[in-house]
Amino acid sequence: MDFTFSPEHTALRRLIREFAENEVAPIAAELDREHEVPHEVMRKLGKIGLLGVCFPQEYGGMGAGEAGYCILMEELGRICTSTATNVGAHIGIGAMAIHLDGTPEQKRKYLVPLARGEKIAAFGLTEANAGSDAANIRTRAVREGDSWILDGGKVFITNGGYADVITIMAVTDPTLGARGGVTAFIAESQWPGFKVAREEDKMGIRGTSTAELVFEELRVPHENVLGKVGEGFVTFMKSLDMGRLTLGAACLGGAQAAVEWSVRWAKARKQFGAELAHKQSIQWMIADMATEVEALRSLVYRVAWMVDTGQPFTQLAAMCKMYGSEVASRAIDMALQIHGGLGCSRDFPIDRAFRDARIAEIFEGTNEIQRIVIATNIFREHGVRIRP
Amino acid sequence: MDFTFSEEQDMFRAMFRDFSAKEVAPKAEEIDHEEKPPVDALRKAANQGFLGATLPEDYFGAGLDTVSYALLIETLARDCMSMAITLATHVSLAAMSILEHGTDAQKEEWLPPMAAGEMIGAFALTEPDAGSDVGGLQTRITPAGDEVLLDGVKTWVANGEIAGLFLVFAQGAEGVEAFLVPKNTPGLTVGYREPTLGLRSVTFNTVYLEGCRVPTANRLGKPGEGQSIAQRAQDRMAVALAAAGLGAAEAAISTAAQFATERVQFGVPVAKKQAIQSYVAEAFVETEALRNLIYHAAWLADQGEDLSLDASTVKAFGARVARSVTNRMVQVMGGYGYMEDYPMARKYRDARMLGIMGGPTELHYVQVAQRVFAEWDIEITP
Repeated sequence: MDFTFSPEHTALRRLIREFAENEVAPIAAELDREHEVPHEVMRKLGKIGLLGVCFPQEYGGMGAGEAGYCILMEELGRICTSTATNVGAHIGIGAMAIHLDGTPEQKRKYLVPLARGEKIAAFGLTEANAGSDAANIRTRAVREGDSWILDGGKVFITNGGYADVITIMAVTDPTLGARGGVTAFIAESQWPGFKVAREEDKMGIRGTSTAELVFEELRVPHENVLGKVGEGFVTFMKSLDMGRLTLGAACLGGAQAAVEWSVRWAKARKQFGAELAHKQSIQWMIADMATEVEALRSLVYRVAWMVDTGQPFTQLAAMCKMYGSEVASRAIDMALQIHGGLGCSRDFPIDRAFRDARIAEIFEGTNEIQRIVIATNIFREHGVRIRP
Repeated sequence: MDFTFSEEQDMFRAMFRDFSAKEVAPKAEEIDHEEKPPVDALRKAANQGFLGATLPEDYFGAGLDTVSYALLIETLARDCMSMAITLATHVSLAAMSILEHGTDAQKEEWLPPMAAGEMIGAFALTEPDAGSDVGGLQTRITPAGDEVLLDGVKTWVANGEIAGLFLVFAQGAEGVEAFLVPKNTPGLTVGYREPTLGLRSVTFNTVYLEGCRVPTANRLGKPGEGQSIAQRAQDRMAVALAAAGLGAAEAAISTAAQFATERVQFGVPVAKKQAIQSYVAEAFVETEALRNLIYHAAWLADQGEDLSLDASTVKAFGARVARSVTNRMVQVMGGYGYMEDYPMARKYRDARMLGIMGGPTELHYVQVAQRVFAEWDIEITP
């Protein structure tokens, strides 16, 4: 066993931390306040190669593997959940589907500019009545010569309002279910028939675009079918597995920041004649959050190692997402409590972290769905087949 | 034992619901997003007598008992917690302090305009370095004949921006003193408004006191009584805050439960899923426990029992239930719980602040522990 990071990964972390503290930290509050996407940060991240952190070098990537990608998400999550979410939607699910199942031509055409940040990606799965329940997808794709005509729409699409490239899940054979009946497509947002219908006003991650997309006779060339016709579900599930792991990594960063803030404040703030650090209520909170952060850290990087060494990881990725989001929510909730009034003020980063953290228990498959996935896998090993 | 409401309490509750549905609910989302204090609703509440809710009729109050008052706060908070807290700050912290500790002259001067809503009350206790720790107040009192000069900074003064009268706590030679300071008093400046996580229609302001000259006739109680005046006020407020938490929890459950019957996933409404059922059931159990705790505490107060016996218990539990219930109801609604176009996100943000304002839960637990350990004669300090 060896739990140390390689010198390359250590250097990568140093680079990202510096970038996050210098380039992201100063604008994080403003992104939240102004409901603005960090376009400039995304451009810079692309320029120094970080938007291709886990993709192979032949397609413009850095080749730092899933562990390198987790380091990126952890360090961004420590400073700004919105920025981490933009990056996660771009790399982790948007571009990832092309990396995993794209043809060499698709990768050259799409993955290369995505890895360089010249184009931004989004992942189009969720619909009004199909989120975690992918079998209920209504967006329809009908073959017409060398093209597919897509009609329908998606909701709650992260990066949806400004992405250039969107992978879209659509029904190609309504007689079949999720397996066999749906196909993944690569579409471009400037094509006719692609419309951003609305931007959501959210409690947190306000530095992200969450959009409703409408497709009206959106013509997608057959060469943009991602993976095989009828196997979109498989393509998307693989991306989602990766996304769940790295969402856990972003949550790790958020929880880590909560510990850092709390310790700093408990050292500084005096009440009843002593620093808060001397109060057991506070000590308990710090001890609990620090323990959970360490447990999460070990889980996240173990799963990253499993991905990088080609081991199955679906089950553990679900745990990363579920546990990570709950660790972050609990840690940030405690940080808010420790900071008292300041924790509730939008002049301090904790209020933002509190609002931001809450979404991780919901998106990319609610934690209820993760629990179903985890339980299903466990019971399957014991010969019991359960349904959601 | 008798757990039923009196005919009068039933009638009041119906009236509160009516009022809240008509005057509070329609504006709740808008005033939250625009961070505007609920001035229209306050004016209309004044017309109904709600701003003098628990004041006696002699002072043009509505003469409500504590149970009915809890019902009022609960009902308002179902639709808009900001409105409930604004009103409770005025009634429980400001007006009732004057009723309880004021001279006849003070009561006659201040209570009728407060009951009529012509003068909104605020409570200026917290300072940058003294919130829960009342003994550590830095605001100073300098005697000047039959006046005093107040110097210091107060933070997180609820109703700061809309108040006509501030109840200011300061440190004098004989301990903490409380003064009634009208808004237009030279030397009193209402400053910075905190941008808050929740309760965005409650104005929390910094108030500066610079050589603020106040007649000694405006002192509430005797010198040295300030600390107990503050404690009494916070005990009353604790129950009101818990009642606000109860209202938020009830409304959150009803909104999320309805959503769960309409939201179909995997072929059935999510209400059919056990995970959702257990979220709703746990929330319901906690909410019912809170309801009984609050009404019981309010009833005890109406029997003339000392409220401080139960205030910390009620407040700590109310904050916890409001937070855990709204948190789970966000989860029931999934992505829709996170969107500001639906009321759940606001309820969640609002509810979280109950664990901080009026004293953090940790401090209330110290007070609860003091009570538990009292039997063994051991001193428990925060």
